[in-house]
Amino acid sequence: MEIYIPCEFAVQIAGADCITRFEYCFRLPTEVYRKNPLLQRIFQQEKRFMIHTAKRVSLFCGHYGSGKTNIAVNYALALKASGKDVRIADLDIVNPYFRTKDSMDVLTQAGIPLISPAYANSNVDLPALPQELYGLVQQRQSYAVLDIGGDDRGAYALGRFVPYILEEQNYEMFCVVNFYRPLTQTAEDTAAIMREIEAAAHLPFTAIINNSNLGEETSAYDILSTCDECKKLASMVNLPIACTSVQEDLLPSLKREAEHRQMKEINFFPMTLQKKYFDIEPFDR
Amino acid sequence: MAEKVLMKGNEAIAEAAIRAGCRHYFGYPITPQTEIAAYMAKRMPKIGGTFLQAESEIAAINMVYGVAAAGMRVMTSSSSPGVSLKQEGISYIAGCDLPALIINVQRGGPGLGGIQPSQSDYFQATKGGGHGDYHLIVLAPASVQEMADLTIQAFTLADKYRCPAMLLADGTMGQMMEPVILPEPQTSAVEKPWAVTGTQNKRPHNIINSLCLRPEQLEKANFERYEKYKQIEANEVLYESFMMEDAEYCVVAFGIAARVSKNAVISARKNGIKVGMIRPITLWPFPTDAIAAAAKQVKGFVCAELSMGQMIEDVRLASACTKPVLLCNRVGGMIITPEEVLEKINTLAAL
Repeated sequence: MEIYIPCEFAVQIAGADCITRFEYCFRLPTEVYRKNPLLQRIFQQEKRFMIHTAKRVSLFCGHYGSGKTNIAVNYALALKASGKDVRIADLDIVNPYFRTKDSMDVLTQAGIPLISPAYANSNVDLPALPQELYGLVQQRQSYAVLDIGGDDRGAYALGRFVPYILEEQNYEMFCVVNFYRPLTQTAEDTAAIMREIEAAAHLPFTAIINNSNLGEETSAYDILSTCDECKKLASMVNLPIACTSVQEDLLPSLKREAEHRQMKEINFFPMTLQKKYFDIEPFDR
Repeated sequence: MAEKVLMKGNEAIAEAAIRAGCRHYFGYPITPQTEIAAYMAKRMPKIGGTFLQAESEIAAINMVYGVAAAGMRVMTSSSSPGVSLKQEGISYIAGCDLPALIINVQRGGPGLGGIQPSQSDYFQATKGGGHGDYHLIVLAPASVQEMADLTIQAFTLADKYRCPAMLLADGTMGQMMEPVILPEPQTSAVEKPWAVTGTQNKRPHNIINSLCLRPEQLEKANFERYEKYKQIEANEVLYESFMMEDAEYCVVAFGIAARVSKNAVISARKNGIKVGMIRPITLWPFPTDAIAAAAKQVKGFVCAELSMGQMIEDVRLASACTKPVLLCNRVGGMIITPEEVLEKINTLAAL
């Protein structure tokens, strides 16, 4: 993977000799930008609006496969990087694959404790939740990031913790939306699923995260062309759009394209794509 | 809104089936294919179809038997242990010459095994599984796009030859997400004059039955069915040939193993080893002729599969054991890596 960054940064970071010209920006190998403090600062800077408004408890819900886990992990990492004490919990009782536990190494390295079901990523598909979760919602000294399972079926797991969350009144419940998923291609369909989730969770959403993507094939155009539908959804359900989450290597081209289209009101949340239990190369290369 | 959508393999199967005109789905949940049932449960009521979570896999396959007899496109899905349970019904469906689609998103076995991907139901899918002389048309997708495309192909072939078809995927294929371009919904229904749809006193009764009272009758039915299988073997073989033009070695792999192997082939080529790959897309009918032709061209084969060595028997048969065939395998939910395949290619090249 390579990242496209504006040329003024590229020269500072890598020196002029290891970069090749590519349209308006430069190409850098992944290893360079992953380790580069300046670029990491740029990405962290981009996330500040999400961090500044962070509530004590952040819940990530949404349609099955909309990208909740990926965003939850990145959000926890960003909170931690800003100096906050944070813990993350996996409440997914729906899908035994693609779990927060896939990011165990990254989280451990960052010093973020992960509370996850005992049998996660094993051969036993047992939807039991660990008792430590009560500590996460009841003890209010650290930030809590909760990754909830997909759809209303996943949100049921939240029910028993809701009284504590409501009592504290310091929570944000994000609805993660991907308009390229087959059952949430329109604002109407998405709004319907949101209502189902709220009913199951007994907790209302407070914000929307537009995580529209086509996996590895995502382009800046793909993301920006969902913004109108997301605005429509936001006005339908009367909630703010907290951010538009994007793979960090798309950020420069996205910002340029957004500027070009005069879409200045969009907050981008750059993410590192988390490694999965099985990562398979694309078939046609 | 979007032309392309981001789908899990399981969802792609379900949506493609709906677009192929399937309005009846019967199943019972099992990891790693439950998304198919979940998707059908959401979509079927909205389009006037039937979703029914049966009391067991056996009940589900017999509901499929009933709907297929009535001439409608119908499918069921399960994963390995569940497909074992369905075998009696599958044999009956084959014995009645009924078109139906059975999805197997394989997981590790035998027994309860595990929930991670596997390809160890190859024998079950291609060599019977149930009792009696019969075949399923077995298609093996290697991408989420193919999950959709081959689902439609399976319905088409099942109707064309009046026989059950199976889509043999695995846990990885079912769970992975990739962009998919979905086909347009099919509108024209296939004529099925044999179906049990009510005579309205205008025609003689159609009888769907796998019981033959006289042995001569049963023998005749079997011979006739095998004439049909000969046609399928002659006309419907599908495979992908990759870098085989000048190949001195050949990797044979299907589904997820082929996807991994492709990377190994590319790496081996970079190292100067002339290797290609044959990827069977239909596992039955098996691309016997393609393997036989390759056997005349190459010095040996590597068979890469997530089983203890099942397809390798067909590769050895097709090549008439004229060239060495090495097995590269992982089982129990483990997936082979390109490095492991590459190592086998190197071993083969050093023979």
